[in-house]
Amino acid sequence: MIEAKHLSKQFGSKMAVDDIAFTVAKGEILGFLGPNGAGKSTTMRMLTGYLPPSQGTAVIGGCDLLDDPIGARRKIGYLPENAPVYPDMNVFDFLNFVAEIRGFTAAERKRRVPQTIEKCFLSKVTRQTVSTLSKGFKQRVCFAQSILHDPEYLILDEPTDGLDPNQKHEVRLMIREMSTQKAIILSTHILEEVESVCTRAIIIDDGRIVADDSPENLKASSPDHGAISLTVKYEDPGAPLASIQASEGVKSAVFLKSENGHLFFRAFPERGDRPIADKIVARLSQQHYPITSLFVEKGRLDEVFRRITGHCRPPNAPPDATR
Amino acid sequence: MGKIGMFNTVRAVFKRELLSYFNAPVAYVFIVIFLLLNGFFTFFISHFFDLGQADLRSFFQWHPWIYLFLVPAVAMRLWAEERRLGTLELILTLPVTVTQAILGKFLAAWVFIGVALLLTFPMVLTVFYLGQPDLGPIAMGYLGSFLMAGAFLSVGAMTSALTRSQVVSFILSVVICLFLVLAGFPPVTSVLSGWAPVWFVDLVSATSFLTHFLSMQRGVLDLRDLLYYFSVITFMLCVNGVVLQSRRTS
Ligand SMILES: Nc1ncnc2c1ncn2[C@@H]1O[C@H](COP(=O)(O)OP(=O)(O)OP(=O)(O)O)[C@@H](O)[C@H]1O
Ligand SMILES: [Mg+2]
Repeated sequence: MIEAKHLSKQFGSKMAVDDIAFTVAKGEILGFLGPNGAGKSTTMRMLTGYLPPSQGTAVIGGCDLLDDPIGARRKIGYLPENAPVYPDMNVFDFLNFVAEIRGFTAAERKRRVPQTIEKCFLSKVTRQTVSTLSKGFKQRVCFAQSILHDPEYLILDEPTDGLDPNQKHEVRLMIREMSTQKAIILSTHILEEVESVCTRAIIIDDGRIVADDSPENLKASSPDHGAISLTVKYEDPGAPLASIQASEGVKSAVFLKSENGHLFFRAFPERGDRPIADKIVARLSQQHYPITSLFVEKGRLDEVFRRITGHCRPPNAPPDATR
Repeated sequence: MGKIGMFNTVRAVFKRELLSYFNAPVAYVFIVIFLLLNGFFTFFISHFFDLGQADLRSFFQWHPWIYLFLVPAVAMRLWAEERRLGTLELILTLPVTVTQAILGKFLAAWVFIGVALLLTFPMVLTVFYLGQPDLGPIAMGYLGSFLMAGAFLSVGAMTSALTRSQVVSFILSVVICLFLVLAGFPPVTSVLSGWAPVWFVDLVSATSFLTHFLSMQRGVLDLRDLLYYFSVITFMLCVNGVVLQSRRTS
């Protein structure tokens, strides 16, 4: 288990991280979200023992960072931001060096290093000097370094940064596969990544935790959650809109745009737990407005993100019509 | 982790560091410059052959001045480079203590300089060709030179931890080393002794690399000289550790 206990970090007069506390158990994949400069990397640097906390501490698998930093680091695999790797070494030598530092014997290294190289799709560049690698490969080498010793705790700062879509997919798969026996923390700016891999998300803003929940629950707090988006093949938006608004259980409805003779509407329910789709469909077909598509909005993480981190439209304004 | 584990970690850092020296062309440039400077000063400035002496004093006497510029150049990348590349974060979040990292890196750089020093062996052959030299002072000269190089290096390692700029590290380290050399340089000490009390002059020159280096060249192994160099190295490496601990970011 990773326990962050009231971690704070002050740079000069600036509180980069302000009293952050959470625990991550094995089997969990925790996503750190937050705007640039929110304090994600700083928190991770404290968890991995690189930055000494100004206040608080963290306990990694029973090892307190302040009392037994080396013991804690043994249990952690860490991928720092920007994936630093010694540029003058080749991939094999670098991983071999990390394995040596991690205390593996020559025989174990002989098995483990090629295994990791294989696992991280680095076979093609095994003997290539790191400085000549592309950014994505460098990222993978540093990722390989972090999982080399099969750690119980993985801390990954933007693990898919700079990877191509295939590799992003592979890395996410790998993270999910590993998560059964590990506690994993990753930070990312890709919200779909949080939805696809994380079991829990923490949103950090200005050094503080502003949300801590599963991605589904976070999405449910989106203003669009439970709203109905539908298109109607018709010329004039006025009449269908009035009819949608008049449907039972509809709090409000807006006309978004018109495209190729299709009108786009969105209807918001009065209460989240009362489905309104059937009512709207019934009313529109009764009046012979042909519905060409309809779906129930699950809410969007980016909207929640923007609302929580406070850089967006006021919550009651109509949703933007550009979707 | 026991003693063995501690040793293995230092060795891993040491090995990586030493390999990276010899993987870089700069290393060979350094060795060539070191040898050229040695030859130039010994033969053209000191007129080694005209002296007709079968000893290496005119060879060793230049070492402090050659080290003054070359050793900070070797040391400047030690930590500044790690900071600039971000690998400092990597190495300090691996299960390595700051002490182990410092030792591994320092020893690698020291061995590298030692290799350069060993490559001056033709000088020894030359004096054997010229006459029957006394081996003691020559061996002592090499040992003293190596220890002094370690002291220079420890200063450079410390200034390298202060900054991410190799140039700044180089300049700082040259300035500090210059003080440590000049404190025992006869022209400086003679100016000092003009007005300062004797104990003060002795104290100042006792802090100098030069004083202890000259005394070793006489061919006697004085424990005080050994102690001096090891204290300088230990002190500087401790400062190096404190600096690293307190300036992890930026
Ligand atoms: N060494 C430092 N000295 C001074 N301030 C720092 C230092 N490191 C980070 N900060 C500040 O701390 C705050 C948090 O930075 P941090 O790198 O943790 O952000 P982040 O959430 O990782 O951002 P990003 O999404 O851009 O990676 C920022 O305001 C940053 O300027
Ligand atoms: Mg960051």
